[in-house]
Parts: sequence; C-alpha cells; structure tokens
Amino acid sequence: MEFSLASVAKSDLRESAAKGFDVPLLVAVEGIMIEEFHLSHLPPELAVYVACYTDVKNAPYLRQQLLAGNQTFNYAFIDASTILSRRHLLTACFRACNDYIHDRLKSNNVQSEVVFCLSSNNNIGDAFRRFGISDESKDIIVVKVGDSAGGDGSQTYNKGSIESHLNEAVEGTGIDFSDSWLKGVCNLDKVRKNYKIAKPQPVKGAKTVNGDSDEALNRRSEVEVQVLGLMALRGAT
Amino acid sequence: MPTDLTTTIPAPSPTTTHVLPSPFTYSQPAPVLLTQGAEALVYKTHFLDPSTPAILKFRPSKAYRHPTLDARLTKQRVLAEARVLVKLGGVGAEGDGLCEVNVPGVLGLEWDVGRKVKGAEGAVRVRRTQGQEQGPSQRRGQSVEERVKEEEGGQKGAWILMEFVEGRSVKESLRGVDAYVKRRGEATSQEETARMNEEVKSLMRRIGRAVGAMHSRGGVVHGDLTSSNVMVRPRAGKGLNGHAEQRHEEESSSISCPDLKGEIVLIDFGLATQSIQDEDRAVDLYVLERAFGSTHPRQEDWFDAEVLQHQDGYRGSFKGANVVLKRLEEVRMRGRKRSMIG
Ligand SMILES: Nc1ncnc2c1ncn2[C@@H]1O[C@H](COP(=O)(O)OP(=O)(O)OP(=O)(O)O)[C@@H](O)[C@H]1O
Ligand SMILES: [Mg+2]
Repeated sequence: MEFSLASVAKSDLRESAAKGFDVPLLVAVEGIMIEEFHLSHLPPELAVYVACYTDVKNAPYLRQQLLAGNQTFNYAFIDASTILSRRHLLTACFRACNDYIHDRLKSNNVQSEVVFCLSSNNNIGDAFRRFGISDESKDIIVVKVGDSAGGDGSQTYNKGSIESHLNEAVEGTGIDFSDSWLKGVCNLDKVRKNYKIAKPQPVKGAKTVNGDSDEALNRRSEVEVQVLGLMALRGAT
Repeated sequence: MPTDLTTTIPAPSPTTTHVLPSPFTYSQPAPVLLTQGAEALVYKTHFLDPSTPAILKFRPSKAYRHPTLDARLTKQRVLAEARVLVKLGGVGAEGDGLCEVNVPGVLGLEWDVGRKVKGAEGAVRVRRTQGQEQGPSQRRGQSVEERVKEEEGGQKGAWILMEFVEGRSVKESLRGVDAYVKRRGEATSQEETARMNEEVKSLMRRIGRAVGAMHSRGGVVHGDLTSSNVMVRPRAGKGLNGHAEQRHEEESSSISCPDLKGEIVLIDFGLATQSIQDEDRAVDLYVLERAFGSTHPRQEDWFDAEVLQHQDGYRGSFKGANVVLKRLEEVRMRGRKRSMIG
C-alpha cells in the first residue's frame, strides 16, 4: 500500500483570486500554502499542518498573542532561521505527536510540544527562546497538530479555517515549506549553537564553487543527522 | 533495486508473530522483521514517510525479570546504544583529512514504551476521541477498542529508530567473494585473482582504519566487533537523502564479483562502552580477530597484516595505535592460555 507524505498543499485562495472574483478579498491574495502531513507510524487521523511566511512584519503582535494565551492562537510559531530542513521540523512533530498519543506531554499542549521537541535540553522556556518566534523574526513556520476530522479538543477547524485565520493574523508573504527555502533562511551557526555542535575546522584546500562546496553540503547533512540524534536523546537520563 | 536485506537473511517463521510496540502497531506498510537476536528484534521500516527507509531496533521487556529492574536494564541498554551512535555521528566529519567514523544516525528513541509523564487531563487522546473510524485507520480488521487495548497492554520495552544503511555486511560481501571464486574455479585469470585479492585487502584495511577512528576520535569501544556488524555502503547510498544506485544482484547473475568499494559503516552498538583504555581497545581488536578468523578462513591470514599492521589500517589510524597493538599481543597470550586450560 502506498501513501506518500500527504502533500496536499492547496492554493484555493490563489485559484479563486485567479478566477477573478468581483468581491474584493479582505485577506491577502498571496494566499498561503498550507501543507498537511500524516506522518508514518502515527494514527492516520492525526494531521500536522505547516504554513510558512517570509517578510513577516508583525512578529511582536504574534508573539504577544502567544504570551497572552490567546486560545485562537493554538499553533506553534517557529523561527525558520533555526530549522535546517523539512525533516528537521517533521522529526520534532513526530516526537511531539508520539508523546501526545501516549499521554506524556511535558509542556501545555501538543503545539508547544512541537517547539519543545526541537530542543536538545529539558528546559521548556529555553526551547521557546531558541526556536520560537522573537520580535525580530522575519521568516516563520506555523505548525498545527490536530485531528484531521476537525478538532484539537478546544476548537474545531479545518485546513481552510486555519488558512484564513493565519492569513488574517500574519502580515507576511506565504511561501512553500521547502528545503530550498529553508536552506536560504536557516542560520547554520545558530543551529550549531542551539545544539552545542562544534564548528568543524576549516579544511585545507577545500574547493568552493559558488560559495557552496561539496564539503559544505556534506556538513549540512552531517549537522542534520547530529541534530536529529540530539533531539531524540532529549529527556533521557 | 537497493539490496533488500530480507532476501539475504532467512525469513523468520511466519508462525512466530511478535507484537510491535506502540506506535508501530499502526505502521503502513508494517515493519518487516530482519533478525531476532537474544536481546533485540530488528525491523526494516521507514521514517516520516514510506520512501525513507529506517531500521527499528526493539528490545522487548523480559517477562522473567522484575518489571522495575527490567525497565531499568532495557532502558540503560537502549540509551547506551543511542548515546554512542549520536556521539560517533558527531565525529565523522568527512573531508577533514582524518579517518572518518560512519554509523547510522538516530532518528527516534523510546526508552520505556510504557512511561507516562502527565495524566490524560490536558491532552485529548486522538485515538480515543474517534467515534467511528474508517478508511486506512481500520486495518487488519481491528476495532478501535482492540487497538486501544493493544496499546495499553501492548508490548513494553524500548526502541531506537535509526537510519537505514544501504549495502551489505562485510560478512555477506566476503562470503560473496568466496562463492564467486569457487564458482569460477580454474577460469579465474591470474590478473583477476590479484585484482580481487587487492580489493579484499583494501577493504580489510579500511575496516582497521574505521575501528581505529572509532577508538580514537570517538572514544568508543564497540564490544561486539564481527564481520556482520561492519557494513559496506556504496558511496551513492550515503546520508538521509541519498539512495543507493541501482545495483546488479550478484547472487542471481553469479558472474560478477561483489563490489567491495564503498565506505565502512559500523553498526550494532548494543554492547558498546565509552572507553579510551588500551586494554579495552585491544580486547575489541581481539574479538574482531577471533570472529573474523572463524567466519572467513580464506582471508584469515591477511587479518594481521591488513586490518591491524598496515599504515592504511589500524596502525596508521591514530597515534596510540602502536600501544594498543602491543597490548593486543598480551591479550592474545591470555586468550591462548585460557583456551589451553578450558
Ligand atoms: N542501520 C542499519 N541499516 C541496515 N541494516 C541494519 C541496520 N542495523 C541493523 N541492521 C541489520 O540487522 C542486523 C541485526 O542488527 P544488530 O546487529 O544491530 O542487532 P543484534 O545483533 O540483534 O543486536 P544486539 O547484539 O545489540 O542484541 C544486522 O546484522 C544488519 O544486517
Ligand atoms: Mg549484530
């Protein structure tokens, strides 16, 4: 049986905009692309929604909603400069979901657990400082974990309602959740610092083509493997 | 097709069914059992999506042990293995001119399947809130109640989800060479024999080098070095994103000799310890020497010269190697004495 990473990115808004509705749309026509995942090994009814924005202008406002505990902001807001790849983020989602279905969340809810699962240490506040959005965040990733049948216990929603809510809330440009985008916005030094990974010594005679040597590519995937391992070990004593 | 381990390892009897730990009871397609050791069940499965292969190493709890003690022991074993894998994954920097250590990366980890941190108050358990389930979730004819029961009563233990290493073990590779040589018999030209021998020797040196790097750069002693715990990964198969290029199935064609090129990947750190003692390192080499000798009698005579003494083998892999090799001589003596008495 084959089911792929349900990549059901839709652009309903774009489509309707393209079809030329007379009614002016209140939300940005640059509709966002929400991607819906059903990660392997997890109950199929559990969905992970991911939306990305660049050029975000109202990070302080978004952060304020989270700090104030605004219940309609039941999402994980992540600073994209701390994320290496799709796999990096989805691995954190996998653990958060697995801990969720086994009744062992360490933070308030499964959304905050996604941020916590990015961390390699057991301090929840620290995880938010490192991976959560800050007032300066320009590139952000919004994650929502829930039941694809429409409910996370406190509210009901569907992909469309998440999409319109986020479009309203986030002042920024929606962008695909892609490895190439992450490669551009991710700060490798910051990642190393977050996981206490030593920077490798410069290599003598390493060839650099367009600032992106083979070496650099290898390093990136090497850092990713280490990061995933360190995330997995979080909480082990 | 990438080498499918299931074709080279005798399939477990279909009547023995093993209960997987949650959440793998859900997995589609279901994990495939590769090997069943004394302690661990090793499955081939996937991670995040079905196109990324992964290995699930599951240590079920043992019913004959006291539950608390059992949970602690199982947890310690799994965590020790995971820590060593993560530690070694951090020293393998390629291209830095030093010997590299390759091990599968850790993707996921559960040290006690039954553990609970918080009660169910806050978290709504999705599986239970589902009234009627349909479609893919209702598989294997299970009802929701059955599934919940399975999870609760389910198989306890601990697991590691790790990167799948493409390629094959050194044991399989060398056995493949032996089979090829035997099949070809007289037809093998002198040049071909020489070339093949050189390839085998080169492989053996790389094994020595990898063990040396694990000892020195990793500060790890493997504890169970055998030719089945050392793998040869074709270059194209490296990394989470890499997939091995299509390879010919040597067995089926029986014409070509197994390809021994590729990088050495060490696996099975279930008995590994973090140690930098010469004695521990020497014992590690001794274990490998004995295991290699009995598994590969045709290549046994090359072991010392290639794996251990060669500059491209263990001896040349780090500064302290000489001392370890000296120590190995003592360990061998002790081993001989012991076998004379026993
Ligand atoms: N990461 C991996 N990639 C590919 N194959 C693997 C991987 N890990 C294990 N295998 C396969 O499964 C077999 C058994 O795995 P492993 O040696 O780790 O288990 P074990 O010997 O039962 O464990 P232990 O000795 O710790 O009880 C290996 O010989 C190899 O063929
Ligand atoms: Mg083994």
